[in-house]
Amino acid sequence: MPLTMKKLAEVFSHKDVGLTQGHRMCPGCGAPITVKLALMTAKAMGYEPIVAFATGCMEVSSTIYPYSAWSVPYIHNAFENVSATISGVETAYRALKKRGKISPDKKYAFFAFGGDGGTYDIGLQSLSGAIERGHKFVYILYDNEGYMNTGNQRSGSTPPGAETTTAPVGKEIPGKVQLKKNIVEIIAAHEDVYAAAVIIGDPMDFMSKIEKALQFDGPSFIASLSPCVRFWRIPENKTVEMTKLAVQTKYWPLYEVERGVYRITRKPSKFRPVIDFVKAQQRFRLLLKRPDADAIVQRIQDYVDKRWERLLALEQATKDKPSR
Amino acid sequence: MMEKVAQMIAVTGAQAVAHAMRQIEPDVVAAYPITPQTPIVEYFAKFVADGVVKTEMIPVESEHSAMSAVVGAAAAGARAMTATSANGLALMHEIVYIAASTRLPVVMPVVNRALSGPINIHCDHSDTMAERDSGWIQFYVEDAQEAYDLTILSVRLAEHEHVRLPVMVNQDGFIISHGVEPVSFLPDDVVKKFVGELKPIYPLLDTEHPVTYGPLDLYDYYFEHKRQQIEAMKNVEKVFPEVAQEFFKISGRKYSFVEPYKLDDAEHVMVALGSTNGTVKYTVDKMREEGCKVGLLKIWMFRPFPKDEIQRYLTGRKSVVVLDRSASFGAEAPLYEAVKSSLYESASRPLLSSFIYGLGGRGIAIEDVEEAFEKSISGELVTDYEYYLGLRE
Ligand SMILES: Cc1ncc(C[n+]2csc(CCOP(=O)(O)OP(=O)(O)O)c2C)c(N)n1
Ligand code: SF4
Ligand SMILES: [Mg+2]
Repeated sequence: MPLTMKKLAEVFSHKDVGLTQGHRMCPGCGAPITVKLALMTAKAMGYEPIVAFATGCMEVSSTIYPYSAWSVPYIHNAFENVSATISGVETAYRALKKRGKISPDKKYAFFAFGGDGGTYDIGLQSLSGAIERGHKFVYILYDNEGYMNTGNQRSGSTPPGAETTTAPVGKEIPGKVQLKKNIVEIIAAHEDVYAAAVIIGDPMDFMSKIEKALQFDGPSFIASLSPCVRFWRIPENKTVEMTKLAVQTKYWPLYEVERGVYRITRKPSKFRPVIDFVKAQQRFRLLLKRPDADAIVQRIQDYVDKRWERLLALEQATKDKPSR
Repeated sequence: MMEKVAQMIAVTGAQAVAHAMRQIEPDVVAAYPITPQTPIVEYFAKFVADGVVKTEMIPVESEHSAMSAVVGAAAAGARAMTATSANGLALMHEIVYIAASTRLPVVMPVVNRALSGPINIHCDHSDTMAERDSGWIQFYVEDAQEAYDLTILSVRLAEHEHVRLPVMVNQDGFIISHGVEPVSFLPDDVVKKFVGELKPIYPLLDTEHPVTYGPLDLYDYYFEHKRQQIEAMKNVEKVFPEVAQEFFKISGRKYSFVEPYKLDDAEHVMVALGSTNGTVKYTVDKMREEGCKVGLLKIWMFRPFPKDEIQRYLTGRKSVVVLDRSASFGAEAPLYEAVKSSLYESASRPLLSSFIYGLGGRGIAIEDVEEAFEKSISGELVTDYEYYLGLRE
């Protein structure tokens, strides 16, 4: 039974979300919205969330000692190991339950949150290992397409042409040239996993996927496009809109893969060209001044078009054919 | 086996530690194999597979994840353990510090092996010496019996409310881990009673009392937190003898910071860590028969470093030779440096020299130990000089 806004409003009129006021994220940052949607869904479903967080913008800004914006149990260990850390927490839970030290009725939701750096790059091994071992946890990637905490460096998630400090748009080199890794596919390639892409601009789709993830009998992974207003150079009030634009331009398709079965959860009747997404963000401004700008944007357009066609085909081909 | 009464059984050091872990029966063990630690994980995995223990095992994909999972499990409120060697320990390094500064009472048997490079699988202490400032308590053991005993004892030391620090119990790779010796095992119920139940402090799983682990701690508090960590380490000096006394009551075996061997009238003393102490004891006996006043100070606990004991046992000796199984490039070898600085305030400092030996598993023979002692006795020993035993130059 999908959660409704009414139900959420009911629950949270007398319950806090888990991430309270007082954190020091930039106004308009996409990351806390991602976190709140996940926690609210879990709490509304009667779960007790336990949060593990990878080093990054959200982690440093929400727990500056002696303050903490978290009213749910929270652990930050290091940058690359949030999945291993939550494996330990989740295993401790099973061990203590087995010994009768924890009530079997208690419903925990084990969440691991990581930025794109902590997920696509330095934390990929730890994440893959935890999924392969089958820990029951929900990994949530808040993807802002770069190392924002350390001042906008390139990551495996940065798109071509976006200005970063380690792949700057120069006189010779047009910034990052490689495409973004396809993280949902990487995760979906594991056995027995639920993987999905969401945006904060579509909370109903977002929450229904969190719901699925929590009920899935095994590890699950949710990728949430979470714009960084500071380094995407967008106005504070455009965060949510930017994620919608990403869906409308095929830049960030909303879909899920459950044990190998693909389902596209939103199919816009009309698409906009990817240049609309590019032009809306000042991080591409230097790219757009270059003579090769059109060619680079066209390359992204070709890529997202092909990927969309492939997704449609995969949806057809995998229907009723779960890997297990 | 080993249910009711203490039993003497011939086992390897790795087996001895695996049995200690079986008897401790931690809630969670996360481990990754590396020679020569591998048999510990293998034996333990079999105990889990056979249902001998209730422990949940996490077969992680790396040592970095092993230590990370152990941190997660311990913070959650579980008793958690892991074990490793050399490159595995080096890969954990970042989280080894985090475990200590988060004050998680984890016990980790380490099987000492030379750090790469070049890659090598045999014993030296370069791996654990690289962690000597990580905030872990460190024991070095002479044999399988001590590996077994100190693994059990360490649970109580780590979890003591005035300590709450992790402990490394270091045994020499192959020499102890793969050598078979008789070990006296305590009955299971005696060990279970001795280690008792972990009393978790601020467990993550207690959702009624939510806590934040691992916050960003800047210049306004970090220093105070480090000071508390220093204090916890100091508390070990008081707590360890109490726990050792309780262990003595159940085992009849006495542990302390150091073990003096034939020191009463000794003029020339050797200081060493690990299995080499066995060789030195044998040589001391042999040379004493020849009328030489030689003795040994074995170091059990390397962190916190037992400065008072060093002063007590070494002040006034004619000479002291410190054996190190690791080097510190561009500085003095770790044990030598610690002994030397401990003696700075002593009223009558002995002539002191450093001997590095056994790197990468190079053997140390009785003749090597004799050679070092003979340098001392003959007056040939150059003070503060670094010698190498068993090396081709
Ligand atoms: C092992 C390690 N390497 C590097 C760093 C420095 N560092 C901290 S956060 C970070 C980038 C985080 O990027 P991401 O995961 O995308 O999160 P964001 O800050 O963008 O939210 C880096 C490089 C670190 N803390 N640890
Ligand atoms: S720098 Fe970017 S990611 Fe970090 S808090 Fe600000 S908007 Fe969010
Ligand atoms: Mg990022």
